[in-house]
Amino acid sequence: MEKWSRFNIASVVLGFGFLYLPIVLLVIFSFNESKLVTVWAGFSTKWYGQLWQNQSLLDAAWVTIRVALLSATCATVLGTMAALALVRYTRFRGRVLFSGMVYAPLVMPEVITGLSLLLLFVAIGFDRGFWTITLAHITFTMCFVAVVVQSRLLSFDQSIEEAALDLGATPVRTFFAITLPVIAPAVFSGWILAFTLSLDDLVIASFTTGPGATTLPMKIYSQVRLGVTPEINAICTILIGVVALGVIVASIVTRRREAQREKDERAAFAAIG
Amino acid sequence: MKSLGSIRRSFAPWADPASKPFISFKNVTKKFGDFTAVDDLSLNIYTREFFALLGASGCGKSTLLRMLAGFEQPTSGEIILDGQSLTGIPPYRRPVNMMFQSYALFPHMTVENNVAFGLKQDRMPKADIAERVAQMLKLVKLEKFAKRKPHQLSGGQRQRVALARSLAKRPKVLLLDEPLGALDKKLREETQFELMDLQQELGLTFVVVTHDQEEAMTMADRIAVMSHGKVVQVATPAEIYEAPNSRFVADFIGDVNIFDGSVTSAGDGYVVIETTGAISVRMASAEKPAKGARAAVAIRPEKIRLSRQAPAHAPTNAAEGEIWDIGYLGDMTVFHIRLKDGKVIKASSLNAVRAVEDPLGYDQQVWVSFGEDAGVVLKD
Repeated sequence: MEKWSRFNIASVVLGFGFLYLPIVLLVIFSFNESKLVTVWAGFSTKWYGQLWQNQSLLDAAWVTIRVALLSATCATVLGTMAALALVRYTRFRGRVLFSGMVYAPLVMPEVITGLSLLLLFVAIGFDRGFWTITLAHITFTMCFVAVVVQSRLLSFDQSIEEAALDLGATPVRTFFAITLPVIAPAVFSGWILAFTLSLDDLVIASFTTGPGATTLPMKIYSQVRLGVTPEINAICTILIGVVALGVIVASIVTRRREAQREKDERAAFAAIG
Repeated sequence: MKSLGSIRRSFAPWADPASKPFISFKNVTKKFGDFTAVDDLSLNIYTREFFALLGASGCGKSTLLRMLAGFEQPTSGEIILDGQSLTGIPPYRRPVNMMFQSYALFPHMTVENNVAFGLKQDRMPKADIAERVAQMLKLVKLEKFAKRKPHQLSGGQRQRVALARSLAKRPKVLLLDEPLGALDKKLREETQFELMDLQQELGLTFVVVTHDQEEAMTMADRIAVMSHGKVVQVATPAEIYEAPNSRFVADFIGDVNIFDGSVTSAGDGYVVIETTGAISVRMASAEKPAKGARAAVAIRPEKIRLSRQAPAHAPTNAAEGEIWDIGYLGDMTVFHIRLKDGKVIKASSLNAVRAVEDPLGYDQQVWVSFGEDAGVVLKD
């Protein structure tokens, strides 16, 4: 093991401090006894308890979860289909353009995505609210799913699909019995990614929302403008926990899949060699 | 069980004009864009035949197999199986099964579920499926591995699972794409014989694609040698080896010495050719080419004799040279002899005894000679 030089230690402390100090402070102050955010008055979990009395906050959380579940599921279906089309049908006209367009929302400023969706909903006279937020979230998370699933499909041995067809399975049966189970871990990490993205989105939701549909990030933002309360800190801590959990689960699934593949490859290699 | 030899010796439906082919390729062409993978190819394969498609990579042999399986559609022409045209029939409705080069085992299923997959698609009753799977695993000696996943098996075991899976539905034809390509040499040789026994036992028609000529020679009843999307020669392994119909086939199968020259005289059943190296070669030949025509004679290394003294028939079918290289392979020894004009001749001799008194060594002057029936006259 290499020895840590002072410079290295300083770099790590500075870097991680820069990244995580604000979050750590927020988490610490969510356990503050005092109502004053900047004055520490001892440990307490009372703000978490109070969250359960705050009906508007709970409503917002419920909207957020429903939007996230629904949009992540739809985005996963659409994103997987897009990934399949892009990987499998390599010879159609305009493939490069199409694949570029699938990825464009990844780098598109959220303000623009939100604004364009708002214009669309206004133009077609769609009543804004829960459904418009959901649709907007499907739109912007779909490309993330497509990227994750596409990278898995690139290493997919297509001859196993041919083998299934050869053994009498129709193309539809082949997809559900062979392709989907094999790429399932990637599809699942795509779903988790879409879910967490939807959960913490503020900008696009603000643009596409309507009366009665307030998501948790929107609620937090509007409350913060009136002053930061320990209650907000508590709800943020929970949100951070959920998102962190999602990211960790997704990365574990991916890591396991990689390890499994490496193991398989090693076994195959040992068997040949 | 009857031995393979007794069946094989009498098996030659291709020689009988009355027998109907089981699989017929009729003027099949397959193009991928500008590239012609299979070029106006016609070929007949008979019931219970072990048929090998042999050729270098890119010769179109795999495309031919994939067209038979239904993964590719011919650009033009037709494939007939058991009297029925396969045009427009998708792979999942064809009575053929394929064993893939990569084995293509379903990684998320156990061995028994892999084998059962095809039977489940046919909605076979559960009890029958279980029985058939057990029977198939017994056939490939994998009963103990039924509950394993593919990644828990060795290469040879995976190959057996793939075989069992492709045989489970009792297809009319089994297609094998480089079936032994991923196995090591020893296992490959064993498996070749197992495949032959299996094919006889089940009475199936096998079509195997391979680039390994030894594999094709060992297993097949007939071999089609392919090049650039065309069949160059279709014949039994012995005919392909001893009577190649072209320079390509002679060169592709085994080692060969080719003497180029022109015909100086031809008579009843023989031809005399003066080679570019000024050797006079007299060779048995059914055909009678015109005097002065360009011709070549192909002679296999094991049919060339080496001697210290000039043979009685010299200078016809004989030439003097110097031993240039010696390769000792154990069962035989390969000599490279450099003739006076610089041409190098390959000769091999069987090491029938353990030690030879005064063996041939490097730089020795020797005579190479061959009989009148040792080689084949090739027209170019």
